[in-house]
Amino acid sequence: MSVAIVKVGVGNTASVAFALERLGAKATITDDPAVIAEAQRVVLPGVGAAAHAMRRIDELGLRATLRAFPRPLIGVCLGLQLLYERSEEGDAEGLGLLPGAVTMLPASTQAPSPHMGWSKLARVREHALLDGVEDGAYAYFVHSYVCPLGEATIAAARYGGSFTAMAQQGNVYGCQFHPERSGAVGARVLANFLALPC
Amino acid sequence: MPARRIIACLDVKGGRVVKGVRFEGHADMGDPVELAIRYRDSGADEIVIYDITASAERRVIDYSWLSAIARHLDIPLCVAGGIRSVAQAIACLEHGADKISINSPALERPEFITELAEVAGTQCVVVGVDSRMIDGAWSAFQYTGDVKTITKTARLTMDWIVEAQERGAGEIVLNCMDRDGTREGYDIAQLKAARARLSIPLVASGGAGTPADFVAAFAEADVSGALAAGILHSGAVGIADIKRAVAQAGVEVRP
Repeated sequence: MSVAIVKVGVGNTASVAFALERLGAKATITDDPAVIAEAQRVVLPGVGAAAHAMRRIDELGLRATLRAFPRPLIGVCLGLQLLYERSEEGDAEGLGLLPGAVTMLPASTQAPSPHMGWSKLARVREHALLDGVEDGAYAYFVHSYVCPLGEATIAAARYGGSFTAMAQQGNVYGCQFHPERSGAVGARVLANFLALPC
Repeated sequence: MPARRIIACLDVKGGRVVKGVRFEGHADMGDPVELAIRYRDSGADEIVIYDITASAERRVIDYSWLSAIARHLDIPLCVAGGIRSVAQAIACLEHGADKISINSPALERPEFITELAEVAGTQCVVVGVDSRMIDGAWSAFQYTGDVKTITKTARLTMDWIVEAQERGAGEIVLNCMDRDGTREGYDIAQLKAARARLSIPLVASGGAGTPADFVAAFAEADVSGALAAGILHSGAVGIADIKRAVAQAGVEVRP
């Protein structure tokens, strides 16, 4: 299985590649639209800030490639946030593959921002991406902005308020947490993603 | 608050994991890849690798063993050791790190914290602080990897951690040097003082001896994570023992 990991800036793309390789996939870190368009799966990883990442996506001519990608595509962390219509972070226009806007995490003394650490996943609806993942399983999160709950939500998490932890609409998927760094739970989610029908 | 993190720390010197007492007299504790795998499998929530002599020797962490470790890990990996430029930090991320921890280089040039946060995001930037009580005040130290190079800085720990946060640090690891390797328990007073000044996560480091010490760090000093090295390497205490004790005390941990 060939997986293109989209290189849009500075991020832990190597740890995403290692996680996919542990599952037997052939991962390529690339910003080449032709390579991305031909891949069997695409991972849009989490890197830096939304406005900066969208600028890079446009500079590289990747907006149309990602929007038109016909097979399963997953956004991870910031990558998930870029799939929505807009983000409050730098007032960025997203890829518009998922409905709604990304907002700043409401920080408080009980919940300082960023949300960094292992938090529980709450299943919102049944989905193949959650096969073998127990309700209440822990996943590793690091983020300061949150995606809205909606029809695309598969699983939610709570920190300050409740937000989308996993999403799906059509061939577009996303995880707010880092599956590459979420132990056996994360590995199972990635394996489920690789096993999805095209 | 997410589940509290138990963090395994590998201090690496000459390609081997070592452990000293109060930053001196390092003994060989094993192979970094083998130990990282052991901690991954026993429930560690994060792994930190410090190339402890890199800063003092003016060189950067060895990328080849960074990748060798990262390849096996499915939990967050933070790396530290002589990272002085954004380009070096990016190289670490490209070799499998998730977070970059800076200590002496941040004291040399505090603007580096901001430069790194702007490129990689604050969530990626950890500032480690080596701190010891001198004349009634906690002071930050530099080049602590070798007894011959340890230097007291002019900075007070409590001022420095606030400055680091303002400059873009996403997390502070406070290494309480007077407790390092002693197994006498974390420096709760110093951690509480630090916690009261920060809004970003704080990680306790130095002095872990028993599972009860972790309970104290979470329950009394309200830290987000607690780091341990020597007691884990020697097998004196297992991560499962720590997590059991912490959970029994009513503090949330990942099972």
